[in-house]
Amino acid sequence: MVTLGDYLVVSGMLFTIGFAGVMVRRNIIIILMALELMLNAANLSLVAFSRFHVDPSGAPNYNAQVFVFFVITVAAAEVAVGLAIVVALFRLRQTIHVEDITSLKF
Amino acid sequence: MLVFGAAVVINRSPVASALSLVVSFLALAALFMSLDAYFIGVIQVLVYAGAIMVLFLFIIMLLDLRAEKLRKINWIASAGGVAVALALIIQIFSVVGRFQAAKQSFPPLARSTSDDVHRIGLLLFDNYNLPFQIIGVLILVATIGAVMLSRRETR
Repeated sequence: MVTLGDYLVVSGMLFTIGFAGVMVRRNIIIILMALELMLNAANLSLVAFSRFHVDPSGAPNYNAQVFVFFVITVAAAEVAVGLAIVVALFRLRQTIHVEDITSLKF
Repeated sequence: MLVFGAAVVINRSPVASALSLVVSFLALAALFMSLDAYFIGVIQVLVYAGAIMVLFLFIIMLLDLRAEKLRKINWIASAGGVAVALALIIQIFSVVGRFQAAKQSFPPLARSTSDDVHRIGLLLFDNYNLPFQIIGVLILVATIGAVMLSRRETR
């Protein structure tokens, strides 16, 4: 039988892959993709808990799914603004490598 | 799904990364469907695999990025990142292993979830009306922000 723990472990591994991507990669676009992976990992565990908490009428807990809907919306807005910033930055500096952008470094 | 998730991080070429991300999101949508969350699965395919990935690919093509040159990899930073990630996964395993409810399988559903669009919609406009409107304003602000950022300076 598939247990709740299986889904939580998969979600945790997906989050870790995204986290490692943010830490290791130096390309801003790849970093944004890894951020998406982390948001999706959170969504997966929310949906797993939603399915796990069956209410008395026999339906899954839909509050979590509404929350996942909000997370997806915010992620879409974040990607739109993030990629616009990347394009503006590329126009200014001709690079998207984070180690070349150190103007704010003290 | 995890294999393609890892491919996103490992691939050197941004286009290959983006395509692996699409496959990973589609597999994730299948997982949502296996959890009886059909609406979320469909939204995942439409919004992520459709809209967001097209945006990513479009930007990659627009910026005409070559595969990353073989830069000198900063081994200390990479090793640090992998070490922190390993610590995180060990933490997650130990927490899930100690969590009693995680050992139970999912309880059966008494009713079909094929009407979940209806249920989620009711909940969205009923209990979560204010957050829903705030999300609308957020999307408006994001749209205006993206247009402002990508506008050429005309002065």
